[in-house]
Amino acid sequence: MPPDKRGYFGSYGGTFVPETLMPALEELIMAYQKAQQQPDFQREVAYYLKHYVGRPSPIYFAATLSKQIGGADIYLKREDLNHTGAHKINNTVGQLLLARRMGKQRIVAETGAGQHGVATATVAAMLGMKCVVYMGEEDMYRQSPNVFRMRLLGAEVVKVSSGSGTLKDAMNEAMRDWVTHVRDTFYCIGSVAGPHPYPMMVRDFQAIIGLEAREQMLDQRGTLPDCVVACVGGGSNSMGMFYHFLPHKQVKLVGVEAGGLGLQTDRHAAALSAGRPGVLHGSYSYLVQDAEGQISPVHSISAGLDYPGVGPEHSYLKDSGRVQYIAVSDEEALDSFHLLSRTEGILPALESSHALAGAVKLAAQMNNQQSLLVCLSGRGDKDVHTVAKEMGVALP
Amino acid sequence: MTGIEHLYQTFTMLKKRQEKALITYLVAGDPDLKATARHIEVMAQAGADVIELGIPFSDPSADGPVIQRASARALSKGTHSANILQMVSEVRQRVTIPLIFMSYYNPILQYGLTQFCQDAAQAGVDGVIIPDLPVEEAGPLATVALSKGLAVIPLAAPTSTRQRLAKIAALAQGFIYCVTVTGITGTKQVVTGEINGLTRQIKEFTELPVVAGFGIATPEQAIAVAQHCDGVVVGSALVRLIEELGENSPQAVADLTRQLKEALTMEYIGAPG
Repeated sequence: MPPDKRGYFGSYGGTFVPETLMPALEELIMAYQKAQQQPDFQREVAYYLKHYVGRPSPIYFAATLSKQIGGADIYLKREDLNHTGAHKINNTVGQLLLARRMGKQRIVAETGAGQHGVATATVAAMLGMKCVVYMGEEDMYRQSPNVFRMRLLGAEVVKVSSGSGTLKDAMNEAMRDWVTHVRDTFYCIGSVAGPHPYPMMVRDFQAIIGLEAREQMLDQRGTLPDCVVACVGGGSNSMGMFYHFLPHKQVKLVGVEAGGLGLQTDRHAAALSAGRPGVLHGSYSYLVQDAEGQISPVHSISAGLDYPGVGPEHSYLKDSGRVQYIAVSDEEALDSFHLLSRTEGILPALESSHALAGAVKLAAQMNNQQSLLVCLSGRGDKDVHTVAKEMGVALP
Repeated sequence: MTGIEHLYQTFTMLKKRQEKALITYLVAGDPDLKATARHIEVMAQAGADVIELGIPFSDPSADGPVIQRASARALSKGTHSANILQMVSEVRQRVTIPLIFMSYYNPILQYGLTQFCQDAAQAGVDGVIIPDLPVEEAGPLATVALSKGLAVIPLAAPTSTRQRLAKIAALAQGFIYCVTVTGITGTKQVVTGEINGLTRQIKEFTELPVVAGFGIATPEQAIAVAQHCDGVVVGSALVRLIEELGENSPQAVADLTRQLKEALTMEYIGAPG
């Protein structure tokens, strides 16, 4: 389902940005519509996804894990095997190829876990574009390997100390950069959030995940999965995974949010499970906010999920009931990190560990004739410092 | 008299007196609401023609560092729409010039658009400026604001196309706020050439006054910009004084306001366009 002309999914979405940016959004909408109708743009994207990113990413039947859980067969969509180690690059390939068509040579991006920043810096390096990435101070500390990776790729990483020093503050700062340099700069948003057309465009670029996975499930198992699970921060890997399953009503779709220290505390990042609708970063969607409409500080052990908002299409899918949203705690995510590492020899990103934690709970309630597909959105190498700290282990 | 009428009366009087409007900005609750009330009175006495009162927001993505810090200070003191409205209705007893709210959309949305417009009008507020509400999204607020006589003052930018300027002019009440530079508040130096072209274009679509803001800090800059419009907005320069001088800031705020107003009064620069 595309949004309407004004960028609304039901009552969610829209373009709540300063007037200075509106002409740039109009230009982007036109350029994207035009590119979508151009077979050579589609071919270009497909070429880089295949030869540069390494698509299609496989699905993998996690036999040992499934046996240990004792319920449904669990399949993993291996977005962690993409170039740069996460699903984020599906979107940056698309957006930066579009930016090149629009003649924009300077790219700005925000990043939380650093995966979108790395993916943007990577494609910018490959296409010879200047890249500036805004990253919260707190996130630069907990995801320091990714900061260095971006710099190795030639990007300028700008530290954001305002607010909570996390993803939302990085996004504020990226928007301030964009409004200042709007005439020559392309803002590459990493999630299905922000003003129209970003939620639609990022979803379209990420929808390759579910498109492939649906075919792969039919190939390998002969049936569609009974349940599909993905983590939701801003919501790009989940939207990409769910999109082509939406018409298949028999497939249950579950989004897993960051429950942090628990939804009953004020230390979580679960906009859909515990927030209410409001306007932030250009769109109307569920938000973690106080009674006065101030954005609340959020918390997640996973930097990529540590965001008070969520993409507007998820808000629509929550209200419509097509997707069920649950939250798991930091502790449950960590347990799943260890579980997958030991049973399958795969270190999952802490973001993806949330999806796994949700999947494990759901699979245990299903029978062994059923199947469950999880989006393993990224690899966990970037998180080993955080995990070591939680274990009380000092790394050199 | 409604807010829209109050603004009309003010700009008509200024035109008759051959003066350009001085619009001063401050963040409500910075460093606390008592100080804000004092600053409003001081600005009015020193010659401000309109005061723009910022409602602090946790994520002021259109503002530069000065107003970001002011917003954080205000929020840390528990400032919110309800106690700002309370303060305004008290100050209204003593201050007669138009008062405008500048707020990001979410605090108003959460307060409730109808309730907000009603309470603002009742407190004596004359209009609202919402930096993250372009014409496309302004319909719901504009409808209720109009019913309470509150002016919805839209922003126009150097990037706005002619088609967009026509839409902006059609929506506007009170005046149009012209952003002098592509950017955020209080950081870039203003480029007067661009302002000239923009205000001329807007004047093709409306009789409403056009004021300019963003990056105007000194009397010299105010004079240069005012050649091309009906008034100027000075914000970050005043907020910086409040930040730096603390309890001693009212005197400095009064001095800068007076200097700016004198500059805008001294020589009538002629109608724009």
